[in-house]
Amino acid sequence: MIETIAFTLNDQPVSLRVDSDRPLLWLLRTDLGLTGAKFGCGEGLCGACTVLVNNEAVPACQMSVKAVAGSDVRTIEGLAKNGQLHPIQEAFVAHDALQCGFCTPGMILKAYGLLVSNPTPTRQQIVDGMEDNLCRCGAHVRIVEAIQTAAKALKGGTP
Amino acid sequence: MKSKPAQPEKQAAGVAPPASVTRREFLKRMGLLGGGLIVYATVGDMQAFARAAREGFKGAKVPVDFNAFLKVGTDSRVTCFVGKIEMGQGPITSFAQMVAEELDVLYESVDMVMGDTDRCPWDAGTWGSYSTRYYGIFVKEAACEAKGVLLELAAERLGCPPARLVAQAGVIYDSNRAGNRVTYGELTQGRVIERHLKEVPALKPVTEYTISGKPYLRRDAREKVIGAARYTGDIRLPGMVYAKILRPPAHGAKPVDVDTSAAERVTGVEVVRDGDLVAVLHPYPDVAQQALASIKAQYDRPQTGVNDNTIFEHLLKNAPSPVVADQAGDLQMGQKKATTIVEETYLNSYVAHAPMETHTALAHFENGRLTVWASTQSPFGVQRQVAEAVGLSAEKVRVITPFVGGGFGGKSASAQAIEAARLAKITAKPVMVMWSREEEFFFDTFRPAAVVKIRSGLDRDGSVAFWDYHVYFAGQRGCENFYEIPHHRESVYGEWRIAPGIHPFAVGPWRAPAANTNVYARDLHLNLMAAAAGQDPLDFRLRHLKDRRMRSVLEAVAQKIGYTSAKTPSGRGIGIACGIDAETVVAVMAEVVVDPKNGAVRVKRVACAQEMGQVVNPQGATIQMEGCLTMGLGYALAEEMRFDSGRLLDTNFDTYTIPRFSWVPKIETVIVPNPSLPPKGGGEPAIVCMGGVLATAVHDATGAKVLQLPMTRDRVMAALKNK
Repeated sequence: MIETIAFTLNDQPVSLRVDSDRPLLWLLRTDLGLTGAKFGCGEGLCGACTVLVNNEAVPACQMSVKAVAGSDVRTIEGLAKNGQLHPIQEAFVAHDALQCGFCTPGMILKAYGLLVSNPTPTRQQIVDGMEDNLCRCGAHVRIVEAIQTAAKALKGGTP
Repeated sequence: MKSKPAQPEKQAAGVAPPASVTRREFLKRMGLLGGGLIVYATVGDMQAFARAAREGFKGAKVPVDFNAFLKVGTDSRVTCFVGKIEMGQGPITSFAQMVAEELDVLYESVDMVMGDTDRCPWDAGTWGSYSTRYYGIFVKEAACEAKGVLLELAAERLGCPPARLVAQAGVIYDSNRAGNRVTYGELTQGRVIERHLKEVPALKPVTEYTISGKPYLRRDAREKVIGAARYTGDIRLPGMVYAKILRPPAHGAKPVDVDTSAAERVTGVEVVRDGDLVAVLHPYPDVAQQALASIKAQYDRPQTGVNDNTIFEHLLKNAPSPVVADQAGDLQMGQKKATTIVEETYLNSYVAHAPMETHTALAHFENGRLTVWASTQSPFGVQRQVAEAVGLSAEKVRVITPFVGGGFGGKSASAQAIEAARLAKITAKPVMVMWSREEEFFFDTFRPAAVVKIRSGLDRDGSVAFWDYHVYFAGQRGCENFYEIPHHRESVYGEWRIAPGIHPFAVGPWRAPAANTNVYARDLHLNLMAAAAGQDPLDFRLRHLKDRRMRSVLEAVAQKIGYTSAKTPSGRGIGIACGIDAETVVAVMAEVVVDPKNGAVRVKRVACAQEMGQVVNPQGATIQMEGCLTMGLGYALAEEMRFDSGRLLDTNFDTYTIPRFSWVPKIETVIVPNPSLPPKGGGEPAIVCMGGVLATAVHDATGAKVLQLPMTRDRVMAALKNK
């Protein structure tokens, strides 16, 4: 159904006339030109399209546009502030926690959501929390280490 | 680029290579890209490379004689153009290191342009762990000659004998008078200069390296963590549409009736029917997908009865005659000496590449030229295929390869680019084809299902008396014998690339093709022999090994894992596998726990030792090893494509399971140094051991021999019952 949907996107208010049943992923990638969230499986099985909705990591391919009305949406493009990398991003770079990089935006935002709900996770809690996000290159060990480093840098505070 | 367009200028000094139309065109393009110095590399075995280039390009006009390029810009930044692509394996970093090293510039001042057919010299494709060990030589030679030309120019400019000149960090100065200096950028002065050296200087000795051989973090990490890195699907053009293509329900199915009328009624949708190609186009892929779903199509579906259980019988029945890959001695003589025979048949299933980025391409016609952005491992191959498909000459097709979201061999084939090009031609719009995950699995060029039969014998002393090895459809790579076995023969029935009409769907190269299957069969069989001989499996291998490189990695990995000798099965669950791949020698040991109630295999530790000659980027090489070991858990334990009469039963990640965080063991890696050898391959070797190391570990833990990969719980339970 075509309707006006308003939400906050990367700290900016947006208001769009849009078919509100469309998947958030494709609204982001087409109309809004934000291509950081990737298409991987289309069924919420891989996590490549992960974005934050009200600080919770969700697969954007499974969210309708109307489901985020009034919400606070953040994509990977909205994580660094004024060119300053977020501590999770810094840790991914420092640990070389990526290869092809296609899963990386989703991994980082999934980690963000994890650290919101649990700022001082154990290694096992990180593994459990990241389980649904897939990486084919095999960067898993470094991703876990990067999240540990980021958690330390954040000192238990909100990401 | 800031600098003005410039025309190529030949200088008196040096010897220019013979001109050709292609080269002039190429230089013109380079000129339009901004000023700088272009150097033609002339490298050792140029003829062989040129021959390979011609064969690969089927007679097209290609600049085969200048296969590596550099541009030194007016701002002293250096651009390196290579036809290779970046799919995560890291050449974007290691090539830049090699250039900086040989050219004596700062690593940070090197820019990489990769996989662009208009700007980069021809290349067959990014596969086979060739980038560093073969292409790297061209890149280094190019940088080395460029430095030689710059030194000549500097000698003229500074009025100083060349012997007194020192090149450092992009500046050349007179060692007697350091103030007498000139930057590379000042020397090139915005011109494009074609110049060759009469004598190409020798490459730097390894002992003088300050950049190559040092660990560097990925140079593309920052853009990848902020979401700025562009993959093919991220390219956006005005007026572009997404195409969703009608697909058959099974391989071999033929459409008998296709009704697109419902799709045509969807606002904004364009339906294209062009022979076998039925596509629905819309500016939104989600809308195109919905319209596609409204198409009613009926198919004739062949019932071949071939499925993932009957496939092995089918393969053996259709096996071509063998090629002997390796042999020594006389098998009959060996059999006479044997007192114990060990004979087994090993199977492995079809395995998907499953890169996170599905095959994607964007095609755009403009002014009679076609530009295709493609997620591919072979931009020049795509250029040729696309040109043929749309009836253009290859020169009129430009293929640009943005970052590739994983390939593993699966993007050696790039049918999506042809689809996008055909649709762009028909619709006169920029067309994006981004395969769904279901299409990705359906049209994958799978790692072939395969059978290995080994018959071998032990003599009275517990040594291998003979080894008769038969591999069906996996291919030769990795089956060759490196042990001291007096009588052996390795027979290969069909390659992974040649088996038309036999497999139920396409097969192709999968990270270290053939070697994963061969190492699994060989190492499990060796452990069964060690068990029959009452020996420790590491000692058993070492007593048959003279090769110093292989001994060095076996000893290194045993030390890393803290191995102590014991007869197998020891109950400890420690596995071992080793092999040679891409000229690199690699050994892996792993520790597993097998749940006797359900057959689940939990991998606790994996250690890997690799000797790969000189290492350009030890950080990158280590990460490739880790990636191989992690990815390899999948084909060893879980990954297989199930199918029935051409229909694929696993179409997404819910049932096709790839390694996840919880699977990943403690991983330890060792690079055994050997600077006496030039760089060997790094993208594939470590993965070849994963089937073998986990199968031997399961056997060592339980005495169960799992004779089929992947070692699913059911197969492990069955093997436990059979032991």
